[in-house]
Amino acid sequence: MALFTIHVNGESKQVDVDADTPILWVLRDNLRLLGTKYGCGIAHCGVCTIHLDGDAVRSCAYPISAVGDKKIVTIEGLSEEGDHPVQKAWLEHDVPQCGYCQAGQIMTASSLLAQNPNPTDEEIRRAMNGNLCRCATYTRINRAIRTAAKDM
Amino acid sequence: MAKVKTHFNRRSFLKLSAAGGAGLMLQFSWFSALAKENPNLESAFDLNGYIKIATDGTVTIASPNPEIGQNVKTSMPMIVAEELDVNWKNVKVVQAPLNTDIFTRQLAGGSNSINQSWNALRMAGATARYMLVEAAAKAWNVPSSSIKVDAGVISHAASGKSAGFGEMAEAASKIEVPKEVDVKSIKDFKIIRNSQFNVDGPSIVTGKPLFGLDVYGDDMVYASIVHPPAFGMELKSFDATEALAMKGIYDVFTIDAYPEDFERGYFDITAFPKLIIITGDSTWRIMKAKKLINAEWMPFEEHTIKVKGFRGNATDQKVPTKIENTDKQYASMIALSKENPRQARKDGNPEKAFANAAKVIEREYTAPYLAHSPLEPLNFYANVTDDKAELIGPIQTPEYMEQSVAQRFGLSLEQIDIQMTRIGGGFGRKLFGHYLLEAAVISKKIKKPVKLIYTREDDMTFGAYRPMYHAYYRAGLDENNNLIAFHVKAGGIPESPLYANRFPAGAVDNYLAESWTIESNITTAAFRAPRSNFMGAVEQAFLDEVAELAGKDPIDFRLELFDRAIKNPVGERNDYDAKRYAGVLKLIKEKSNWGTPKPGLSRGVAAYFCHNSYVANVVDLRMENDKPIIEKVYCATDCGIVVNPIGAANMIEGGSVDGIGHALYSMLTVKDGVPQQKNYNDYHLIRNNDAPWDVETYFVESDVHPTGLGEPPFAPAIGALTNALYKETGKRYYHQPFMVDIESMFLKDEAAV
Ligand code: FES
Ligand code: FES
Repeated sequence: MALFTIHVNGESKQVDVDADTPILWVLRDNLRLLGTKYGCGIAHCGVCTIHLDGDAVRSCAYPISAVGDKKIVTIEGLSEEGDHPVQKAWLEHDVPQCGYCQAGQIMTASSLLAQNPNPTDEEIRRAMNGNLCRCATYTRINRAIRTAAKDM
Repeated sequence: MAKVKTHFNRRSFLKLSAAGGAGLMLQFSWFSALAKENPNLESAFDLNGYIKIATDGTVTIASPNPEIGQNVKTSMPMIVAEELDVNWKNVKVVQAPLNTDIFTRQLAGGSNSINQSWNALRMAGATARYMLVEAAAKAWNVPSSSIKVDAGVISHAASGKSAGFGEMAEAASKIEVPKEVDVKSIKDFKIIRNSQFNVDGPSIVTGKPLFGLDVYGDDMVYASIVHPPAFGMELKSFDATEALAMKGIYDVFTIDAYPEDFERGYFDITAFPKLIIITGDSTWRIMKAKKLINAEWMPFEEHTIKVKGFRGNATDQKVPTKIENTDKQYASMIALSKENPRQARKDGNPEKAFANAAKVIEREYTAPYLAHSPLEPLNFYANVTDDKAELIGPIQTPEYMEQSVAQRFGLSLEQIDIQMTRIGGGFGRKLFGHYLLEAAVISKKIKKPVKLIYTREDDMTFGAYRPMYHAYYRAGLDENNNLIAFHVKAGGIPESPLYANRFPAGAVDNYLAESWTIESNITTAAFRAPRSNFMGAVEQAFLDEVAELAGKDPIDFRLELFDRAIKNPVGERNDYDAKRYAGVLKLIKEKSNWGTPKPGLSRGVAAYFCHNSYVANVVDLRMENDKPIIEKVYCATDCGIVVNPIGAANMIEGGSVDGIGHALYSMLTVKDGVPQQKNYNDYHLIRNNDAPWDVETYFVESDVHPTGLGEPPFAPAIGALTNALYKETGKRYYHQPFMVDIESMFLKDEAAV
């Protein structure tokens, strides 16, 4: 066990965990930030996506010891009032079915738009390819991203 | 207006109230974020199990059924609100607890939630409305027939009196529940048929804890499983020394969730009743400890398990001792498909008709095991003591699992509280609640609350797959290219997908349907209506070939057959309405501009009926680097009244894309009983980049009782895909998944079989 100080959603948090613990489980088990989900544990489904210094990262395969002073943003910290353009577009298009993948989708989409405010359809599909949606809401996800792009 | 009988009684309300006090409807009370959003709930008045009205007029409606992504948590309360005549904006929705005294069929499955609860939901709303009106009539001393209700306001024109629901809530809660009530006529609907956003949308996009995996109780212990690596195996011995030496690991032990003499319920399917359990202080540590267990496994002996049928009749089921291999399974399916099967239906004289036919065509189709792979893996929270069981998590069949828990621990139903979280996908997998019972057994044993979590690998290799299927089709045309004979012979491991009375039964004079099965110890389970989804897909692919052989347009060919089934059906028992079937085909023809070629794209069409709904699809695609680029999918649906159009369209889009995805990419194989795909790196699900670019949905306008939406688009989407692929490549696809070369991998020697 070791003490780690990490920056999560603008706050500094101290956690006492094994050094190889993925950020995902620190968020969930230690900090009770439960919006970031577990789906595969091997960076193949995207439900655990967070921002690390703005980049979309699969938190299930990223050990806490490698975080250093990089800034973590989770779905809970994406916006104060749940009104990030991507979140708004998600509601406007009524994207979710079961909803389990959607926090991860939103985190990948918001990082994409931050880096490429006007992506082509092809760029959207490619950027979102690492985020599975077992309910297959892909068409709505992509529509919502196009709407959000207009809004950013 | 129509009258419906109410089935409420005072006793069931009292029980509901006594069980949890005023706050009972506020489930998952530690989800304090949600609790804060509903400050008025505690003091609200309970009109019946579904509806609570606070003095400020806020109406809280309990949604009875498990929410798995089919959007019932929005659509079911919409139906209640419609009959209550409240403004939807003033409605808050909460998930109801399991309570069989009040709610009917609290189950998510078979695309049946709305279909079977329609009347009960309308009755709940209408009853409460009646009680509010009666209360106002009493208070104002006017006849109730002169009182109007509109959007949560009760008014009496002659006296000019009016009151909000909140003002009458307390008085209404004391009115006797009527024996029957009037419900609205369909033309007066104001909420139903208007799109309402997913009630959980804001919570989902902000990451609120809604799912089973998000349940964290005080003093909770984390638990994971180690199960046999292969079907047909069981535990011989294990050594946990290394795992127990790990920091944060509490214990390693075995459980037997379903002892041999336990009479299992219909949904108690598990291939692995005996498990090694690891408990510890965090998810990561128990997951790491799993890898340190040294276990020895051995093949089990053939044995029988006692299983209650769906209707309570107990049977002994044989579990064969067998170590399965996918290639041998394909070989045995093909071998059996050539033997004498069980006849399920025969019309006319099929053999004679085939002998006389001018043209005969025969084809074979297969489909592999599929793993359900909901993104939320199996998990459950349990706190079980000697005299109570508290169970919280994702479950499609709470009613049935309550029975299993009662039987397993000798508890009465009153001692068991099952709370349903939002379900992070199930597709049938979470109908089978062994993981709920396992969590309960662990909690009882360690005398602590526990959260059981399957890893993705556990979830994928645990079984309860979509069965493997095979279908053989034969059709005969006369010299005028009329379909005069049709033969379907279908089977699978371990169940047959055949529906003997579905189309084209009823539209052909000479018809034969036959069935066979092969047993296995690999457990299988409902997977998005597996039989319909296989049969619909392959039948529609076959009919495309038959239409081509007849030199007819595929839509016209089908319409001809439906015409026959409408005017002069063959046989008495045909499980479809040919007019509605033809209706969706006509709608898709119009909306897709069928017959007008789209440059650079190839198109296919299909239609199918299941779960009482009719769906037709057209798929437009092209091949690029041997990969289908699906630019557009059109869907026309007849599911009766569309309760919530935006949610319904989401279902249809998802079902179509999911069907296409599985038909192209997904399969689970076994070698020496060991599942060969363990996680999403080797189990291929459709991803964003391969998904159809656009799905356009259309609904037939209808006043018919609403029916299923979850599953009906799956099969025709696959059919349309298959037929479009043929147009594009000139090649017919017979073996799912199409992007895997099943023939060279598994069917090479079949000529010799
Ligand atoms: S859980 Fe991290 S990518 Fe799947
Ligand atoms: S909405 Fe269910 S997995 Fe995406």
